[in-house]
Amino acid sequence: MDIILQNICKTYTKSGVEALKDISFEVPKGELFGLIGPDGAGKTSIFRILTTLLYPNSGKATVLGLDTQTHFKTIREKIGYMPGRFSLYQDLTVEENLNFFARLFNTTIAQNYELIKDIYIQIEPFKNRPAGKLSGGMKQKLALSCALIHRPEILFLDEPTTGVDAVSRKEFWHMLKRLKNEGITIMVSTPYMDEATLCERIALIQNGQILSIDSPEGIQRQYPFRLFAVKSSNMSGLLRFLRALKTVQSVFSFGEYHHVTFLNANASVVDELKIDIKRAGFDQFEIKETTPGIEDCFIQLMPS
Amino acid sequence: MQILKYLLIKEFKQIFRNKSILPVIFVSPMMQLLILPLAADYEIKNINLAIIAEQSSTESRRLVEKIQSSGYFKVVSNQHSIDVAQKLMEDDKADLILILPYDFETELTQQKAVSVSVLVNAINGVKAGVGNIYLNRILMDYSTTLRELNLATTPSLQSNIEVRDSYWYNPFLVYSHFMVPGILVLLVTMIGAYLTALNIVKEKELGTIEQINVSPIKKYQFILGKLIPFWLIGQFVFTVGLFVVAEGVYGVIPLGNVGLLYFFLSIYLLAVLGLGLLISTYTQTQQQAMSLAFFFLMIFILLGGLFTAIESMPTWARTIAQFNPISYFIEVMRMVVMKGSTFKDLMPHFGIMTLFAIVINSWAMWNYRKQN
Repeated sequence: MDIILQNICKTYTKSGVEALKDISFEVPKGELFGLIGPDGAGKTSIFRILTTLLYPNSGKATVLGLDTQTHFKTIREKIGYMPGRFSLYQDLTVEENLNFFARLFNTTIAQNYELIKDIYIQIEPFKNRPAGKLSGGMKQKLALSCALIHRPEILFLDEPTTGVDAVSRKEFWHMLKRLKNEGITIMVSTPYMDEATLCERIALIQNGQILSIDSPEGIQRQYPFRLFAVKSSNMSGLLRFLRALKTVQSVFSFGEYHHVTFLNANASVVDELKIDIKRAGFDQFEIKETTPGIEDCFIQLMPS
Repeated sequence: MQILKYLLIKEFKQIFRNKSILPVIFVSPMMQLLILPLAADYEIKNINLAIIAEQSSTESRRLVEKIQSSGYFKVVSNQHSIDVAQKLMEDDKADLILILPYDFETELTQQKAVSVSVLVNAINGVKAGVGNIYLNRILMDYSTTLRELNLATTPSLQSNIEVRDSYWYNPFLVYSHFMVPGILVLLVTMIGAYLTALNIVKEKELGTIEQINVSPIKKYQFILGKLIPFWLIGQFVFTVGLFVVAEGVYGVIPLGNVGLLYFFLSIYLLAVLGLGLLISTYTQTQQQAMSLAFFFLMIFILLGGLFTAIESMPTWARTIAQFNPISYFIEVMRMVVMKGSTFKDLMPHFGIMTLFAIVINSWAMWNYRKQN
């Protein structure tokens, strides 16, 4: 196991916020592991503990078999960390930043060029540009290059795709897959549920607690209800209408459709609903059974 | 050592690329050193004097002439009545009023003691005090001359005690000789403390310190990487200030050993940069660091003995001054530059400054360590 957390608790003394409540999980070598949760769930606290920047109040965390509190020096040589906020030197150029971080780890760009080549080649034309003047997607590529330049065994990426356009996000996940194939263990966090399915295993986390840990398919399989997608021309009216129905257990707006579960989901319930909705006068009405996404699972798992 | 080299390269690149900080480091101190000594000149000229000679006479005219020829005073009114003069003082157009009594000449010729009154507008305390002293000196001078004249005719009169001032180490009381070295100390201090504090807090603010912290570099390497550049910049500013501005422009040529000044400066900069480091460990943003540094430097500067003598401060202020690095350096500067003091004379200063450097830096290191 490359990463082990055992009963980690963390309360920030100044604000009194209980950021992590008894967190335990493991990540095996070479896995692409995702921490999925909204802002303030505790994702960054987990990263900061694993990257030796923060001590937990209780519990034990080991990275590559080394305790994060007693062997932080050795750990720091073997991990790469990309914080959520862009934190490279804005007034140094792309090349200078990369060179600087390579030197901090006693290596050179040339030595590990192969590993970062695919990523770095995209920003190399701008290598003499100050990092602060790069676009969001390019900044992210530079940050990833800097985190990789010393060939780390584990890569920690805290919300790497937040604030990045859709195309760059897709590219980024593609790069992560390639790094995983290089044998690097990757732990990545994201608030975007759609990115969860790109990980091998995910932990759904909220309010400092883990709701579920499994592969994305496993989590979807565990969804206990039949899920229906409903739509009509008047979506907000439909939402209010569905919420008022006694047979409906939950209803959430999901873009084009409302996702609905029933207290007792047999065929007759759906037929009754169709009749009810028609009687209420909704146009272009449509209902179909659908497979739950990670977001459906997350909402279902959230303590109400 | 290798890592330290790359940290220093990075630091200097950033400093020389920062278009707003460069002039602050290299141009503004020199400008200030050129201009401030001129403004901080305690020699007071153009004191507005209103004279009331209740009866115009040869003697009164002679006295007025004498006052005018001294160059310190501008006679704004010379009337018989007090009303005009009083009005002038109320309008802040007269700093001093000299009243020569009606029987000024008569009494003088009869060799009687004559009292003249001097009214002082004390709103500007320094100007009032200095003006009063100048005027008194002229009056004394005038009476001595009179007495000597009378002595020639009536040699029976008693002999006088005459006071002659002589200013040691600065015989002509040239203000720039003690202002310029002092102001140079303030500038070096401000640059050192502000830049160090702001630079480190900037890394916190931008989050770059996180990236440094997850790398294998050691705390002392990071701190040395921050202190060395500003230590060198402090030396540079001091050198330009001392040789180009103080010596070149103001002609302040150190009487003592310049090497001794640099020796003290080296220790002093460690203490000042340590203060910047300490401030950075207690603050999270550049704004906080700036405010905190401003607070301490303001106190240190005002209680540093440059603008007001420490000896004339109340006891509590003198106690604070004992913990004020600036006051020691100003004293060392003056002693070496004007008096030519040697290392032996300055041993206590060296000892205390070394202690400051050690205590401040240890405190800063301890607090820096605690946070991680």
